Amino acid sequence: MPENFRLDKGGLVNRNKKISFTFNGKKYFGYEGDTLASALLANGVHLVGRSFKYHRPRGFFGAGVDEPYAIVQMNRNNEIDPNVRATEQELFEGLEAKSVNCWPNVDFDIGAINNFLNKFFPAGFYYKTFMWPKSFWYKIYEPIIRKAAGFGAASIKHDKERYEHKYEYCDLLIAGSGPSGLASAYAAAQNGARVILAEDKSRFGGSLLTSEVTIGNQSGQEWAEKIISELKSMPNVVVKNRSQVFGYYDHNMLVMSERVSDHLPKTDKYIPKQRLWYIRAKEVVISSGSIERPLVFGNNDAPGVMLSSAAKEYLKIYGVLVGKKPIIFTNNDSGYETGIEFKKNGIDPIILDTRKDASSEIIKEAKELNINIKFSYVVVAAKGYKKVNSADIARISDDKKNLSNIENIKCDCICVSGFWTPSIHLASQSGNKTKFNEEIDAFIPSQSKQKETTLGAANGVFTLEETLKTSFEKGSELSKQITNKENKVSVPTVVEKKPSSHDKFWCVPLPEGKNYKRFLDFQNDVAVSDIQLALREGYRSIEHVKRYTTLGMATDQGKTSNLNGLQLVSDVENKVVPQVGHTTFRPPYTPVSIGAIVGREVGKHSKPTRKSPMHYWHEKNNAVFVDAGVWLRPRYYKQGNENLFEASKREAKNVRQNVGVCDVTTLGKIDIKGPDAAEFLNRVYTNAWLKLPVGKARYGVMLREDGIVMDDGTTTRISENHYHMTTTTAQAANVLSHLEYYLQLVWPELNVNVVSSTEQWAGAAIAGPKSREVLQKLFPDLDVSNEGLPFMGYMEGNLFGVNAKIFRISFSGELAYEVNVESDNGNYMWEKILEIGKEFNIQPYGTEALSTLRIEMGHVAGSELDGRTIPYDNSLEGLVSKKKDFIGKRSLSKSAYVEIDRQKIVGVVPLDKKTSIPEGSYIVKDAKAKLPNPKLGHVSASCWSVEYDNPFSLAIIKDGKNMIGQKLFAMSPLKNKTIPVEIVSSHYVDPKGERVRS
Amino acid sequence: MLYIKCPHCGLRPQTEFSYGGDATVKRPELNKEISDQDWDNFVYLRKSPRGKHLELWQHISGCRQWIKVERDTLTHEIFTTYKASENI
Ligand SMILES: [Zn+2]
Repeated sequence: MPENFRLDKGGLVNRNKKISFTFNGKKYFGYEGDTLASALLANGVHLVGRSFKYHRPRGFFGAGVDEPYAIVQMNRNNEIDPNVRATEQELFEGLEAKSVNCWPNVDFDIGAINNFLNKFFPAGFYYKTFMWPKSFWYKIYEPIIRKAAGFGAASIKHDKERYEHKYEYCDLLIAGSGPSGLASAYAAAQNGARVILAEDKSRFGGSLLTSEVTIGNQSGQEWAEKIISELKSMPNVVVKNRSQVFGYYDHNMLVMSERVSDHLPKTDKYIPKQRLWYIRAKEVVISSGSIERPLVFGNNDAPGVMLSSAAKEYLKIYGVLVGKKPIIFTNNDSGYETGIEFKKNGIDPIILDTRKDASSEIIKEAKELNINIKFSYVVVAAKGYKKVNSADIARISDDKKNLSNIENIKCDCICVSGFWTPSIHLASQSGNKTKFNEEIDAFIPSQSKQKETTLGAANGVFTLEETLKTSFEKGSELSKQITNKENKVSVPTVVEKKPSSHDKFWCVPLPEGKNYKRFLDFQNDVAVSDIQLALREGYRSIEHVKRYTTLGMATDQGKTSNLNGLQLVSDVENKVVPQVGHTTFRPPYTPVSIGAIVGREVGKHSKPTRKSPMHYWHEKNNAVFVDAGVWLRPRYYKQGNENLFEASKREAKNVRQNVGVCDVTTLGKIDIKGPDAAEFLNRVYTNAWLKLPVGKARYGVMLREDGIVMDDGTTTRISENHYHMTTTTAQAANVLSHLEYYLQLVWPELNVNVVSSTEQWAGAAIAGPKSREVLQKLFPDLDVSNEGLPFMGYMEGNLFGVNAKIFRISFSGELAYEVNVESDNGNYMWEKILEIGKEFNIQPYGTEALSTLRIEMGHVAGSELDGRTIPYDNSLEGLVSKKKDFIGKRSLSKSAYVEIDRQKIVGVVPLDKKTSIPEGSYIVKDAKAKLPNPKLGHVSASCWSVEYDNPFSLAIIKDGKNMIGQKLFAMSPLKNKTIPVEIVSSHYVDPKGERVRS
Repeated sequence: MLYIKCPHCGLRPQTEFSYGGDATVKRPELNKEISDQDWDNFVYLRKSPRGKHLELWQHISGCRQWIKVERDTLTHEIFTTYKASENI
């Protein structure tokens, strides 16, 4: 279709740059500076979608964020972008968009049958009909409703686009760049305040771009341009277009979404699609303007019915006629502005004014232009299915109850104006107690809760003169308090047309014998009759009415429907609107894409990745890594075609037979210093610490106050007042906080300092019967014999020029040592160990072999210390001192913790010595017992014992102490397995612990 | 997101802190007899007031100090913040 609704001149689009785009597979042209909406309207395209419930044809209703209908699905850079408002999407070369919510296409929509069955879709229909029988909901009703409802289809692919987050601080954040935003920003900037001015559209100026006013000696638009360019040049001002402040959160933090490249065809890899700004502002100015209210009449949702302000915007900004035979239907002066604009461009409108009579400058101007004005006239119903082609209009009686002289007149669009609703969303989100202003039939902000000030139309001030005056004043006053500077700005003189008062009438009665649908909520298809029904059924609270009828619950959040809904409820209930109250405004003001909320925290970026200093050696040597907390650890080192099972078995076996080396850098390390360090450790750990000699390590268990094991590890006394504590990888951060808590709050009298040293040390565990020989070669000058460096001994040495700490501790149950060097020397140490160990057949081993070794030794770890077990459960009761007090001790005497059949750790071996037991399996007495089968406990960890070459597991089961030797069953409903097992000691290998002391 | 004034570092966003519960709870002294009931109250029982609440926060991504914050649980207003060592 050729462009035939574009005026020859006028508007702010760049007529020198033609842009081609496709909509629903058809190619069109527009200009640079168009939105998708304005370009489609210029091409005469009005039918853009289908409504949510009845699938009625829908067109354009607005020209901005309030748009309830024109939701399209975009295809951009081969990425799907669902639910984009065509009124906000700027046109770019090659843009591809299509309608949503219609199948098979927008012209022929099967779902539209709902429209003819609409008496079956009353308010609360889903609740009433689909709740019975209950089982039908999941299988039959829900899938069908899901298919019929909904908007765009989300992509199931990974989103390749880039989204960013930014944190910013300012003195004044100003949301909206209309007259109040510009004036307050300008005044504040003059006082030296750091200002952020945000505008959701691409063009700054708000209503100044479309109103016929003079400021000083300039037009509104020229004045806006001048102020913006001045603001842009100031170093203390950030001016952002395409940026919507959508949420007002606690302590004056606001979140703004910037559409960085949504308006561009293709973007550089590193330019984000959207950027989320977290802005902490000392003061917030809400200059978000107002949104025109619709008038309610029959079939008022037909394509071609739209807000009069939108029609004016399409004319003045885009040079587009929304119709060539317009009816303007208004209850106030705003409709006249649109009418005059049509007339100036050679189109003859008819203005239907619900008022009996009114006079003002603008009405006079319209009359002088010979515009056909009918007072006491209303549109009864729009006619035409996919596009308005005529309207039934009528005279309305003075009491607004009776219609007469109904006649049908031809038209191709109906521009409605039901006066203005201030956009109070941000103020309300901040906690402002809004109040109802009778004069404008709308809520406006009242008592501020946070540091927020609402100005201009958002505050119910609809004259430019007052808006500018108050905004200059407020901007100056607010910034002066912060900067203590005052540079007076003079308020320019304003020429504008003074309006006459509006008519409170908003809903046209149904003519006798007609049952037209009169819509309140255009996006969710909520009609007047739905609200009436809900009220008849006893719903009273506006919050309940909202949820029952879905009024105001769609993606437009009822921007155009809220107040008319409230009016209706108050009319039916014979109340006034303030008594009915409004529903709570919650962020976001406009939809925000999930991508923007997530930002860069996707996949591997969702948390930091920590790598040990030996990481690149592991990588080079075919390590397969596993996430361990924030660390990446080698799980196993793959040789040839080995799988996980084969490799870990080989590595574990080599530790038992020869010697292995494991990267233990990730273990948490805490440096503890101070004269009271021993006393502190004595309170933190369950066992005794006062007599630990210098140069010795001790294994310790710490509890929470509720008696549950928090962590375990070894701590070494380096010198008189200096200890080196190790924690598990996972609990390192919690243990440090725990220690700090007791030192700072509970026992501040203890003279102790703690600091994390995890990243300062690289660690290697050398384990196996030949580990001493390796160690001796690493430190030829040291006496590392069993006497020189006994089990739990500590010494310092020089590893080929590098200072090292040597601990004789063991997790694998073998003779073992841990060597620590400063992180920078970690790789050097690692390579030395492997080089020296070569003759002893040393092999690196990963976490899988490490687990195998500790499980068959019965050493507990995270899977047993799972936040549900006490020392006894882990057979650690020998480490619990009876003599001294410590954190959590008092809880251990709780009756549940001292029951004689208390759960305890045991070993589990399958009777067939072949079947591995899935971790998490239940241990039960009788595999065939009736459900629920009483469970004795669960399998916490499983491995393939390299010592005995059969599966072995650890389990924590009721009365574990007396279960050794019993034949029971391990059941895994998840894996559908039942395995006959025997309960054995948890110390499956070397129960006396001779190897570690050898 | 709250804006918390660390008495050591100044105003910092909530994301730098971790929450530590009721600051008025006093740990029973070590080595002192205590009834089951009193111990249970210390370990488990907390009030959940609507309104002013003195609570602990740790400036975990900052100075690592535990601090006391007087906050309104309903409005999130923060009245005063104290160092761990300050008695209130
Ligand atoms: Zn701090």
